[in-house]
Amino acid sequence: MSVAEAPINEAIKALTAKDFATDQEVRWCPGCGDYSILAQVQKVMPTIGVPRENIVIISGIGCSSRFPYYMNTYGMHSIHGRATAIASGLKASRPELSVWVVTGDGDSLSIGGNHTIHLLRRNFDINILLFNNQIYGLTKGQYSPTSEVKKVTKSSPLGSIDHPFNPSALAMGADGSFVGRTMDRDPKHLQMMLTRAHQHRGASFLEIYQNCNIFNDGAFEIFTEKATKPEEVLFLEQGKPLIFGAQQNKGIKLDGFRPVVVELGNGVSADDLWVHDEKDFYKAQILTRMFDDPRADNHLPRPFGVFFESDRLCYEDAMKMQIEEAVAAKGKGNLDKLLRGNEIWEIL
Amino acid sequence: MITRFNLQRFNGDFRLTKITKTELFTFNLANKRIKMRKEAVLQDVVIKFAGDSGDGMQLTGQQFTNNTALLGIDLATFPDFPAEIRAPQGTLPGVSGFQIRFSSDRVFTPGDLCDVLVAMNAAALKSNLKSLKPGGKIIANTDGFDSKNLRLANYPDGINPLEDNSLGSYELIKIDVTKLTRESLKDFPELGVKERDRAKNMFVLGFIYWMYNRSLENTINFLKEKFGKKDMILQSNIKVLQAGYNYGDTTETFTTRYKVEKAKLPAGQYRSIMGNQALAMGLIAASEKSGLPLFLGTYPITPASDILHDLSKYKNFGIRTFQAEDEIAGITSAIGAAYGGSLGVTTTSGPGMALKGEAMGLAVMLEIPLVIVNIQRGGPSTGLPTKTEQSDLLQAYYGRNGECPMPVIASSTPSDCFGVAYEAARIAVQHMTPVILLSDGYIANGAEPWKFPKADDLQPIEVKFKKELAEGEERYQPYARDEKLARPWAVPGTAGLEHRIGGLEKQNITGNVSYDAENHELMVKLRQEKVDRIADYIPEQKIDTGAEKGKVLVLGWGSTFGAIKSAVLELTAQGYEVGHAHLRYLRPFPKNLGAILKNFDQVIVPEINNGQLVKIIRDEFLVDAKPYNKIQGVPITKSELIEFIKTFL
Repeated sequence: MSVAEAPINEAIKALTAKDFATDQEVRWCPGCGDYSILAQVQKVMPTIGVPRENIVIISGIGCSSRFPYYMNTYGMHSIHGRATAIASGLKASRPELSVWVVTGDGDSLSIGGNHTIHLLRRNFDINILLFNNQIYGLTKGQYSPTSEVKKVTKSSPLGSIDHPFNPSALAMGADGSFVGRTMDRDPKHLQMMLTRAHQHRGASFLEIYQNCNIFNDGAFEIFTEKATKPEEVLFLEQGKPLIFGAQQNKGIKLDGFRPVVVELGNGVSADDLWVHDEKDFYKAQILTRMFDDPRADNHLPRPFGVFFESDRLCYEDAMKMQIEEAVAAKGKGNLDKLLRGNEIWEIL
Repeated sequence: MITRFNLQRFNGDFRLTKITKTELFTFNLANKRIKMRKEAVLQDVVIKFAGDSGDGMQLTGQQFTNNTALLGIDLATFPDFPAEIRAPQGTLPGVSGFQIRFSSDRVFTPGDLCDVLVAMNAAALKSNLKSLKPGGKIIANTDGFDSKNLRLANYPDGINPLEDNSLGSYELIKIDVTKLTRESLKDFPELGVKERDRAKNMFVLGFIYWMYNRSLENTINFLKEKFGKKDMILQSNIKVLQAGYNYGDTTETFTTRYKVEKAKLPAGQYRSIMGNQALAMGLIAASEKSGLPLFLGTYPITPASDILHDLSKYKNFGIRTFQAEDEIAGITSAIGAAYGGSLGVTTTSGPGMALKGEAMGLAVMLEIPLVIVNIQRGGPSTGLPTKTEQSDLLQAYYGRNGECPMPVIASSTPSDCFGVAYEAARIAVQHMTPVILLSDGYIANGAEPWKFPKADDLQPIEVKFKKELAEGEERYQPYARDEKLARPWAVPGTAGLEHRIGGLEKQNITGNVSYDAENHELMVKLRQEKVDRIADYIPEQKIDTGAEKGKVLVLGWGSTFGAIKSAVLELTAQGYEVGHAHLRYLRPFPKNLGAILKNFDQVIVPEINNGQLVKIIRDEFLVDAKPYNKIQGVPITKSELIEFIKTFL
């Protein structure tokens, strides 16, 4: 982040989470996962070293998209699916701003799917926070593009026949330069992932599992609740072997291209396991494909953390460079020369 | 800038050419032969270049246009080409045409009928013969009339119009362009047949240059620029161009050359300009004179893409052009840039406008400056992509959900696009509103001479950003308003003015989300009043031509300007009481428009649509305005309009 590189002045340092709250009443349903995400974002913002006025949060439509109203920064609550495109225009023209997109599974993967993938491929230095609750909440409970097959909702009384998106695999497919996953119920991990998303220079795609306690309560329970979380969640840490389990006694190994669960002990040690490397483009694809239905037998645990991070030229930087090169080659634009053109004649 | 010939232009055939007003002497020093030819002075000529869409007729037309313009001759052009890049070769749908009218008198339209028809093949002749004047010249490429081409053009078996005297009422000039082009490239053995044949249009252009007494200079310069790095292609094109010229010069059959004198345009410096080009320049000028960086978010669409092409060439003006993934991203990225303090622009045509509708509503709600350019084409749906129409006016007025008023302005000629683009930007940033600019395919691709302005003569566009809280102001109120009812523009990065805006209804002044019933009504009225009040900041409507009051007012907008003006000029000359008013400002209307309408017994509204402005005029002013409509993808002609107006005189 260019802004982060600027010296952090005392005033910014002194800010707290409260300084990022607004006087607007927060209107999500009581118990909504969005509250936790808002709290963690407000906690992280004072720590990233960006003056409040240089932070812009842009959202589309949906429950999550109310977010900007509750953040005392610049913000825009725009139209359905287009936050990513609006943010792209803003970032292209004002590269020094820290631009965040807050969106949901319907907003960014259904109506706004097109802009999401194009933002990722262009690699604008924008942080996308995708609140995935696998349901349409604001329109009161229809299945979403991330809902599981057979899901019974208001619009699918016989069960949904739509095959769901795998958001992180989609982001990898669109050449996202930072792809990660976290959850509303793990504040520390969420804070860490927000910071990582901010620190990454390029498009950051952070999927946040978020519970909708009204229309899809418990959708991620298996990953978030103490009883099941250790067995179901695989936390990715750079340079560390892939270990999980309540006793930290299980690991992931690659059998060819296929990840398999192995028990540690009996001659199997951590040295035999897959060691996570965020820079490994090929292995990141396998990690994002660890997307088994947790209800299925012998399913793999679901990874959380940074799947992939890479350095790639940002669109806004390339755009700026082209302008600088054009000025260097042709000189700064001269309006009179432009209007006159190459061939003129004179009437006396 | 009188036509000059110099020696190098005819290298390999050393020759000095000198022109006087009425005579042309050609001294061929090599042969010591002197020929004498007649030269006729004409006032007004219309030429149509027609050929297959792969024959390069657009380029030929543009080159002849530039050549004509540089001589100070007034002109207007009408390129007319198929939607397919290469429709099946030789067929009627594949015909591409370029019409140019040039005159020593003022020109306002490309002409109803042409004097000269260049037909590169049978299909070109067949589809354009109806627009040739009786007695007009046909320059036909005989090679394009072989049995295959005749069949593709749907001529009956065994019928060749060049051979059966059916063109007896015209002056038929037959030239085997293909053969002559190939022969003139004998010294270029490296070139294949295809490459040789591609230069056919240069032969025709050279011949027409000879016929109208022109210099080859500007086209040779153009070729140098275009093919500078491909020397063989450059040399072969120049060779063919000169061969075409020399063909006219050395073939005894062509005894008369023609000349059109300079037009009596107002004094000043001129250049030739096309509509989209002028529009791009208007946007750049507005950026420079407002100090706002220009951001174009757009998606390619015919006939608007040339604005993107043009603006992307001028990055040294700090312009950011963003070729978005779709029309919606085009406008929303521009909204994002405008939110950040840029001059946000999006350009499109009808189908794209439909896609942008929701985002326009957002811009209205955000009260953010934005210029939305619609280069109209035939609709609905994909419609007629390369044909002109004025059928998006009602869409511009009403085509969004909710009460969603936006200013609408329209350009009337190619060069007018400059001023209209500049004005659209001014209104947008000074009144904090998205503005719709309507142009159309006819203006976009048409060319005319333009007395271009000096940068210093352009009225600066004053922009005020809100930088800090005023004294006594406790917190920033994003929806507080000034005397124009414009809200302040505070951009991200401004400390102390952090605020949130969005598409939900705003509470008056604070901009907070509000579902309050009375507040909504107030905001709807305020947004309308803000647009209406623009009428206080635009010039009053003037009568362009003819009577200030009397029997008939012809009220137009957009590209019908030339046809209406020409018709009214002619009717006025015949002593009729007719006036012509042409609207640049369509929403709001100039304040005095109602008064002007009352000065006439009858109001006629000609449009290239099924009657759109006429509906609004009837609605707004309760006058019994009469429509004149043509919906054929081509401009209205002067003569048909005169005929219609006369029925009310």
